Amino acid sequence: MDFSPNPLHDDIRDSVRTLCKGFPDEYWMEHDESKEFPWEFYNAVAEGGWLGLTIPEEYGGGGLGVTEAAIVEQEIAASGAGMGGCSAVHIGIFGFEPIIHHGSKDLKDRFLKRVVTGELHTSFAVTEPDAGTDTTNISTFAKKVDGGYLISGQKVWITKAQEAERMLILARTSPRDPNGKRTAGMTLFFAEMDRSKVSIRPIPKMGRNAVDTNELFIDGLFVADEDVVGEVGHGFRAILGGLNAERVISANAALGIGKAALRRGVRYANEREVFGRPIGKNQGIAFQLAEAQIRLDAAEAVVQKAAWMVDNGIPCGREANAAKYLCAEAGFFAADVALQVHGGFGYGKEFHVERYFREARLMRIAPISQEMVLNYFSEHVLGLPRSY
Amino acid sequence: MKIVVLMKQVPDTYGERRLDTQTGRVDRGSSEAIVDEISERALEVALRYKDSHKGTHVTVLTMGPASANAALRKGLSMGADAAIHVLDDALVGADMGQTAAVLAAALPRNEYDLVIAGNESTDGRGGAVPAMLAEHLNLPHLSFLDSVELSVGEVSGERVSEYGSLDVRAPLPAVVSITERAAEARFPNFKGIMTAKRKPLSVVSLAELGLGPAEALAGARSVVLCASARPARAAGTKIVDEGNAGEQLAEFLAANRLI
Repeated sequence: MDFSPNPLHDDIRDSVRTLCKGFPDEYWMEHDESKEFPWEFYNAVAEGGWLGLTIPEEYGGGGLGVTEAAIVEQEIAASGAGMGGCSAVHIGIFGFEPIIHHGSKDLKDRFLKRVVTGELHTSFAVTEPDAGTDTTNISTFAKKVDGGYLISGQKVWITKAQEAERMLILARTSPRDPNGKRTAGMTLFFAEMDRSKVSIRPIPKMGRNAVDTNELFIDGLFVADEDVVGEVGHGFRAILGGLNAERVISANAALGIGKAALRRGVRYANEREVFGRPIGKNQGIAFQLAEAQIRLDAAEAVVQKAAWMVDNGIPCGREANAAKYLCAEAGFFAADVALQVHGGFGYGKEFHVERYFREARLMRIAPISQEMVLNYFSEHVLGLPRSY
Repeated sequence: MKIVVLMKQVPDTYGERRLDTQTGRVDRGSSEAIVDEISERALEVALRYKDSHKGTHVTVLTMGPASANAALRKGLSMGADAAIHVLDDALVGADMGQTAAVLAAALPRNEYDLVIAGNESTDGRGGAVPAMLAEHLNLPHLSFLDSVELSVGEVSGERVSEYGSLDVRAPLPAVVSITERAAEARFPNFKGIMTAKRKPLSVVSLAELGLGPAEALAGARSVVLCASARPARAAGTKIVDEGNAGEQLAEFLAANRLI
């Protein structure tokens, strides 16, 4: 691996950092409290052209890879925007991988240009209340009708459904065959979020409140044949390809939150004086912060390797999963330390570390729980028997 | 319209800046290198004209060490069309006179209508390079402009002095320097960064400008006799109000000839 400075990456980092300066911690606190979608931020990111980062150049995008998308999301999170900022733009920056890699030319022609301009808002609808991480057990069903499919079922934890015009939705087109391959028979659709067929209920939650998370009740939603992504019955393959990349990018968001928290922790430890001296002079405080930095640095080294492997087409389930695990832990540790260093003021909202803490906690659950990462390692890296 | 903007890379204005007390030069290793904000504002003036006048061509020009490449790249990302980097080991420690002479040699007379520069950099703070450059080029110079208006064949603007403001104008080609009031700079967006990769950035040495090291350095007119670190700031005077703080304040101000 080459760790020498990369001018393009430096330029991307600088530019995103400058853009984010226009949206300080106070902006994100307000939106976290009001639960209003951060439109000003979204529009600024779209106007800057960032939503086209991984979209192929022929559709007006930048044609860049996971490494660059990860840099953008880490910078957004590290600005103090946290997951509120990342989730507002994530699908635009990276969510169209299934269409880019598996979609028909017609699908790409119709939609990709509108991703770049920021006009097209999309949700990613895979998880179901009765299936959770057991994706092959989903029960949302797409019944073949003339010219397309009728989808009925339920989805949960669907980000940005309130704003979305379309959703990438995974549904069964044939029931799970007890004797066949579990992943067979699922199809990915790029369906319209038709409010007359989909009822969207927001889920009250602990953090990341600037962006809505929802439950969807779908009843007879029509999707045309031409809106199928990839092959009918092979939808799992279409989403599987992007999972390692997704791990790498979310790991970077977790690192970003950790960096934002640590920055505040260090500043406070330098400025806050108790017993006539800055509290950072106490090793009990300083060591916590130092350890948080070391953990972030170590996690970053692993996630950089994983990003490089994804972009070079090298299988990296091990590295991407490890990166997700380590970054989520390091980000949460840093947020917890920052809160501790702030003492009572950290529990209050004024210094923003409680918001980072709530969002860093999310990263140990999403997009995949730490326990499922450990399951992956047990089974696929260590060769232990599958536990579920 | 062809516009050349002078860009300078400086140590981070908001970081800790150090002088190498042995050589009297800026210690470039002690802080992050950034594009001087005033250079970005100068570029913004040019880009605003370009935004509303198709066919305008903006070139950014710098003289500096290899790292100054980043300043030019930022200029291209912001929207400049081309960049020129004068890079030569013989230029290490160049003073304002040398800098102006080299920049003048890098500006062939027929390739620009206007040169825009910041009024002074945040590191050297000499504030004389634009004027020296105009002298070398034998062109009119409008300095310290708070605003710039461009039209075919003429540049004009407002120059504020201690006693009032002047409306000044000059026929093109000309050299102008701007103050921080002239424009708020844009920052590069993703498209800008991606298209910048395809824009020409030429690196030229003194020899390529037709200058020998001796020639370039012959103009050295300033010599650093000594350099020393700034003394630590002494503690200020604290006035505690015991009923006569107003009087004490007035005495303090009077003693320091502030009132």
